[in-house]
Parts: sequence; C-alpha cells; structure tokens
Amino acid sequence: METVPNAVTEAVREVVAEHARLSVDAATLADEASLYDAGMTSHASVNVMLALEDRFDVEFPDELLKREVFESIASISGAIAQLDAEAA
Amino acid sequence: MGGVPLRVGTDLVLATSVRESLATHGERYLERVYTSGEVADCRRGGEVDALALAARFAAKEAAMKALRVGGAAVPWTAIEVRRSADGHPELSLHGRAAELAEAAGIGELAVSLTHEEPYASAVVVAEIAPHQERVGGRR
Repeated sequence: METVPNAVTEAVREVVAEHARLSVDAATLADEASLYDAGMTSHASVNVMLALEDRFDVEFPDELLKREVFESIASISGAIAQLDAEAA
Repeated sequence: MGGVPLRVGTDLVLATSVRESLATHGERYLERVYTSGEVADCRRGGEVDALALAARFAAKEAAMKALRVGGAAVPWTAIEVRRSADGHPELSLHGRAAELAEAAGIGELAVSLTHEEPYASAVVVAEIAPHQERVGGRR
C-alpha cells in the first residue's frame, strides 16, 4: 500500500478538526481512529467532504462516497492520495 | 403466520450544520446532496429553508439505514424526498439506491419528517415484498 505523505495526513487532520464537529480534539486522534466514534455525524461528514475537496482541489466521485472512506484520518488520506494519483 | 417483514431507519440532523454548509459551500453543497426538486420544495420566499433541508437529509440517512447500505457507495441524490400533491412526503430511489432496494426485495417505502428548531428528524419504513425474505424462519 502506498505511503501517504505526512503533509496530506496533517492537512486532513486540520480539515477534520474544523468541520467534523468531533467531541474530542482531532489533534489527539490516532490516524486510524474512528471519526464516527469520535462524534462525527453523517451531516458533518458532508461538510468534511466538501472542505477536503476545496483544500485538495479534488472531487470525490460517487464510488468513493461511502462510510468507510470517511471512517478515519488514515482512510481519508488514502482516498486523497488515490485521487491525486489518478489526476496526475 | 407472521406479519409483513419490515425494515426501519431514523436519523436526527442539526439545522445548524446545514446552515454552516450553505454559508460555506452554497450551491455546491445543494448540488451534491439534494435534487433540484428537493431544493425547490425547500424554497421559502426565494431563500432555501435550512430546517427543511435538514429534514430531507435526515430522510436520506434514514433510508440508507432501512436499505442497510453498509459499505456500498450511495450518492445522497440517489434518495429523493418530494412533497406529493396532497402535501405528504414521498421517497424515491434512483441508481445505486434503487439497485440495493431491489436486491433486498424491498417493495414499498414510507417516510415521515419532523422538525423543531434546531433539530430535524425522519423515519423511513421499508416493506420487504412478499416471498422475498423470511424473518426468523417459519412461524
């Protein structure tokens, strides 16, 4: 599996901190920790998705609009890396 | 003999979260999440009613639970809530959502919306068509 650059992971963490409405500090979350367990609601995941698209200048295609993609900072970072690779 | 097998889903949405989306992402948010018909149903005096949108988002999430989408990719616009001629909300499924419903043997779906600032909620009940599924074996 391709290693996601730390810069991407940290940028995702910043977006999550600002838009996911977590009940805990995003800075304390492990990369693999469940954002849903940390308090992200289904609608908050919409805000996270749109903010990620702005931050990384990507668009999540329909096939990536699934719960597991937005499950954790790691899974989101992996999806961003995949979209970047496909755009290259 | 048992009754008709049913599935149910429910969801609760904060209108504040919808207002944040509208303020930050505007039309992009509307286009990604709602159909043009849903947005039209939520317009009040030229502006989009965030509480009404929140109820429709709750209905979409409730429908996904009733459909048991699990890990499947289902765009929010694949589930549509429209107001019927007599004023009742009606649910329509498109694309991937319709495929999942058919695979599960789901026939009729019913939806009910409610809202009181700052919350909106919805319940969706899905009927498994006869002879498509047994619940807990023979009764």
